[in-house]
Amino acid sequence: MSDHDKDEHGHELSNVPDEAVTDDLYPNPGLPEHHWRPTDVDPKAERRAERQVATLFLLSVVCTVLFVVSYFTFQVGDDWDTIGGFGASNLTLGLSLSGALLFIGIGIIQLARKLMADKEIVEYRHPSASSEADRAEALTALNTGIDESGIGRRPLVRNTMLGAVGLVGVTAIIPLWDLGPKPNQVGPGKKYDYPGAGIENTIWTAGMRVVRDVTGTPIRPADMEIGDLINGEPAGIFNGGPDGEPLEGVVLQINKSKGAVVVVRMEPDEIIPAEGRENWAVDGIICYSKICTHVGCPISLYERTTHHLLCPCHQSTFDLSDSARVVFGPAARALPQLPLGVDEEGYLIATAPFDEPVGPSYWERG
Amino acid sequence: MDTTKVATSNTTTAATTKKKNRVGAVAGWADDRLGLAALGKKQLRKVFPDHWSFMLGEIALWSFVVLLLTGVFLTLWFNPSMGEVAYDGSYDQLRGIEMSEAYASSLHISFDVRGGLLMRQMHHWAAMLFVASMMVHLLRVFFTGAFRKPRELNWVIGCLLLILGTLEGFTGYSLPDDLLSGTGVRAADGFIKASPVVGTYMSFLLFGGEFPGEAIIPRLFTVHVLLIPGLLLALIAAHMLLLVYHKHTQWPGPGRTEQNVVGYPMLPVYAAKAGGFFFIVFGITAMMGALLTINPVWKYGPYDPSKVTAGSQPDWYMGWPDGALRIMPGLESEIFGYTISWNVMLPILILPIVMFIILLLLPFLDAWITGDKRDHHLLERPRNAPTRTALMVALMTMYGLFWAAGGNDIIAITLHASINQITYFMRAAVIIGPIIAFFITRRWCISLQRKDNETVLHGYETGIIMRSPEGGYSEKHLPLPESKAYALTARDRDPVPNGLPSGGTDANGVPAPEGGRLAGLRHRLRTLYYADNAQKPTPEELAEGHHHAEHEHELQTGMDGHAADGHQFDGHHLVEDEHLRDPHH
Amino acid sequence: MRLLNRSAGRLSRHRRGPLAGLAVVLLGLLLTGGLYTAFSPAQAGSTKSSADQIEQGRQLFIVGCSFCHGQNGEGVLSEDGESQLGPSLVGVGAAAVDFQVGTGRMPMAQPGAQVPEKQETYDEEEIAALAAFVASLGPGPAIPDESDYTLEGLSEEERQQAIVNGGQIFLTNCTACHNFEGSGGAMPRGGYAPRIRGVEPRYVYEALLTGPQNMPNFSNGNLPPESKRNVIAYLNSLEEQPNYGGFGLGGFGPVPEGLAAWLLGIGACVGAAVWIAAHTTRSNKKKADA
Repeated sequence: MSDHDKDEHGHELSNVPDEAVTDDLYPNPGLPEHHWRPTDVDPKAERRAERQVATLFLLSVVCTVLFVVSYFTFQVGDDWDTIGGFGASNLTLGLSLSGALLFIGIGIIQLARKLMADKEIVEYRHPSASSEADRAEALTALNTGIDESGIGRRPLVRNTMLGAVGLVGVTAIIPLWDLGPKPNQVGPGKKYDYPGAGIENTIWTAGMRVVRDVTGTPIRPADMEIGDLINGEPAGIFNGGPDGEPLEGVVLQINKSKGAVVVVRMEPDEIIPAEGRENWAVDGIICYSKICTHVGCPISLYERTTHHLLCPCHQSTFDLSDSARVVFGPAARALPQLPLGVDEEGYLIATAPFDEPVGPSYWERG
Repeated sequence: MDTTKVATSNTTTAATTKKKNRVGAVAGWADDRLGLAALGKKQLRKVFPDHWSFMLGEIALWSFVVLLLTGVFLTLWFNPSMGEVAYDGSYDQLRGIEMSEAYASSLHISFDVRGGLLMRQMHHWAAMLFVASMMVHLLRVFFTGAFRKPRELNWVIGCLLLILGTLEGFTGYSLPDDLLSGTGVRAADGFIKASPVVGTYMSFLLFGGEFPGEAIIPRLFTVHVLLIPGLLLALIAAHMLLLVYHKHTQWPGPGRTEQNVVGYPMLPVYAAKAGGFFFIVFGITAMMGALLTINPVWKYGPYDPSKVTAGSQPDWYMGWPDGALRIMPGLESEIFGYTISWNVMLPILILPIVMFIILLLLPFLDAWITGDKRDHHLLERPRNAPTRTALMVALMTMYGLFWAAGGNDIIAITLHASINQITYFMRAAVIIGPIIAFFITRRWCISLQRKDNETVLHGYETGIIMRSPEGGYSEKHLPLPESKAYALTARDRDPVPNGLPSGGTDANGVPAPEGGRLAGLRHRLRTLYYADNAQKPTPEELAEGHHHAEHEHELQTGMDGHAADGHQFDGHHLVEDEHLRDPHH
Repeated sequence: MRLLNRSAGRLSRHRRGPLAGLAVVLLGLLLTGGLYTAFSPAQAGSTKSSADQIEQGRQLFIVGCSFCHGQNGEGVLSEDGESQLGPSLVGVGAAAVDFQVGTGRMPMAQPGAQVPEKQETYDEEEIAALAAFVASLGPGPAIPDESDYTLEGLSEEERQQAIVNGGQIFLTNCTACHNFEGSGGAMPRGGYAPRIRGVEPRYVYEALLTGPQNMPNFSNGNLPPESKRNVIAYLNSLEEQPNYGGFGLGGFGPVPEGLAAWLLGIGACVGAAVWIAAHTTRSNKKKADA
């Protein structure tokens, strides 16, 4: 057993294979005899291979020409040419490019396999580690360097220098602080204020109409039948600008990402109202946030007979007849409910904003 | 070892140049200025061993080159801006729709630039291949033990490449700002917000305010085309330099030892093969771009935070954490008024980091358990390290199950199964599956080891059935050719752990190893690591086996010189000029 | 009717009987038809059909449908009297019959929440007769006329706008379940939203109108007829557009793309590697000068 078989305390661990167990059952037979290829010994085969490889290269040339021809022949844009229902330009450019490249590749490899010298040769390895002498010399150089720098003898200089260099990294991190506003700077009356600003807010206000997505038309309860699903938005995104104009740009996107709702109608007595939410529905019409409480995908995969709403991203399932509680999947919280009412013109409105933040959970949410 | 039989090295005397040729002139000009001859004389004829599995990493390298080339083409038209424009391009179904400039320029590349759609699709396919081939390469390196000393650091670099490649892919497929990628970014925002304490701050800083803001696409673009590619290039260079420095590993075989490397020289054969392979990988990518639609952004429509599509999945390499996210039960707790979202944190923030650290540490773990401090240049067949092989198969099984869970909705509609039941099944399978896979693989490896021993001791099966004069049938075995027998047995004999329970003494009163709990654990792990492995035959067993074979051979001498025994065609010999029956008869 | 429907709601949450799902589904249909009648001005169905046609429909109904839906379409309770074997068809209208029977969903092969599409059992004339008979039981939504869902008579520009608008409505209301190009998607507990590419426009329209099985309604008050027409126009435009980028891989997004990358891409590259490293044929001959 060698010294290495012991751990740092000098105890034997077990039979540690620090040394190769070189009990070869057979002597190393050495490299096998080299056999020539037909192309090495048969001039006919050699010429055949030459012609084969050259043909491959010529085929590549043909493909390159085809590429150029396709580029100028086939149209994209308003009048696509098609071949067999495929975009002709994409198909021919791609196939000719593919051919041009593959034929070169196959040709070169065929050249290497058939015609280049193919005798295996041997190279000796050297240990990855340097020689002991080199190591000793390097170590000496290192120590001399450290010694001459005086760093070891002058702890004050060393420590302040290390401290300074370590700290200067802060200058690379701190400026990132201005990458964006901080959560507590965004909201009504704060530095960054816009309709619906703030992570815990949406644009919904008491009295805001629920409108259809895309068209922005308001909804009368009578428009909806039992089993109907409407993908809704707050009217504010269509008229929430300072002068009643539609929101646009970032503010529009932010508010869509927080304000979107689903409106469904079921038999009023199918709804199991939660405490305090008894009058949040209008004739069986009930409204929830569309933003999944898991990681924020919009959900509208609704089953009208079970009243289940499924998220296509991670399959959280919510029961809309029962306060949108989670019945399956990774979400932990029910979808926030929007209390509904009807305004004097008979359209659906929110009687109050959401009473909790919509979307995924976050640390400060509580 | 008898090195006299090993073939001579390639340090042959250089062919003296008869007259100054053009190559020599150019090389001379360059060497006068760069002094490259010293490097060239060694490296130009550097030896690389030939095996298909050694080329898997090359797929990754070449698809990275394809990514650089096609990526440059795309940047000429792509406009990484979230400014809103009304689309006015050639795609009818979206004309007049408000969308980000990023999405509009993606449509422009697809429909108004000839070859643009091809380049987009090639770029995306090459990205899928890039990550996939890195993983295949990683598996090869692990299964053959090529990660062992002195190559551990190259393993670490490879792991960094894998994770950077994944991030590069994620930032890339988010750029077109279509409905699918936007949904992915939205989910990423949810992940970030789930981080304890700093979640909302990180989200607000990253998005420049509330999600989606207008900063994320330009920022991801910079990361995608500058930051990560730069890091990738640097790490790839380091990876290759270390490869050249260590020289490639090789399989054991006649003439191949720990001290040499046998193969073809860099110039010309290896350069031709590698260069040819580049064109082939490029060509395959072009063919996929020509024939297979990938990420048809025009059908998803522009990103709209209130829309979603069924089948919302990330690209495949992000699929497994997404699967973990899908099968995670909905746990969330509230402590002192703060929310901790275990349902998001555990699968997407903690699990991938833990898995990555495990991956990174595998070589060090392996070395610590085996206590092996030697350099290794000869590869091990996976079967000869049953526990290590089984460990990786277990990890692969876990990965595969998480991955399948990430496609649970597609599986449900394809197999007409219930998405709920698939989810329940996966919750159990990701834990039980790897354990089963571990034990099956381990036993399987050991069986293969035993089969190898059988072959060495009793020869290989010729497929020729002999009938003895008494009427009994037996299959004729022939001894392996010496070179095969050598290759099969050219491996280390596993150390035999002394099997002492920690703190006890064995029958002879020798105390068990001490040195703290860690040493005890290490001892137990090492015992498990080698337990049940089939050792290669001892010289005595071999002699016994040969004796037996000779005896059998005597019994069968009667048929020599008659009909061909057929072993010429069993794949152990050259067949040219061999005939089933002697043509002269 | 209200009573029946309430029980359907309860059943869906608390019971797992094999017939419960069927009952729930069909009751939903029934209810849809009933409400449609209340809100819709369309009263077509019954006026068009002749007495002969209704009689023919009644005969077919008694043979093929009455086992579950009753001799007069009044519905049949299951043996335990708690669930519905087949719901009442009074007031579901001709559109529902045309969709359910025309796509082969009815008669059902076996009860369950998901009613798969299959080869239809009745020919066109018989379906018309059945529809006429069911429509005669009580007024309900009529089979849409072709003019309801074609873009005939619109200018090129108006068509273009209709398709764009239909695309937006499709992406808002339909893709969540049916996927971005109508390839279908998974729903809870083994259900699925079927593939809607290549489905006849009439059936798409009827499905929107009547909300078959578990699909929510998009009644005319919810989604105006014009919007329905635009969605259909958009779906048709997807059918007609070339496969710009090659084979679509089923239109299921990244999952089949990932499989293709592994099986075809990595498969081809590894195949090439095996070929590159494979040993070439060897000869026993010696080289003349070797």
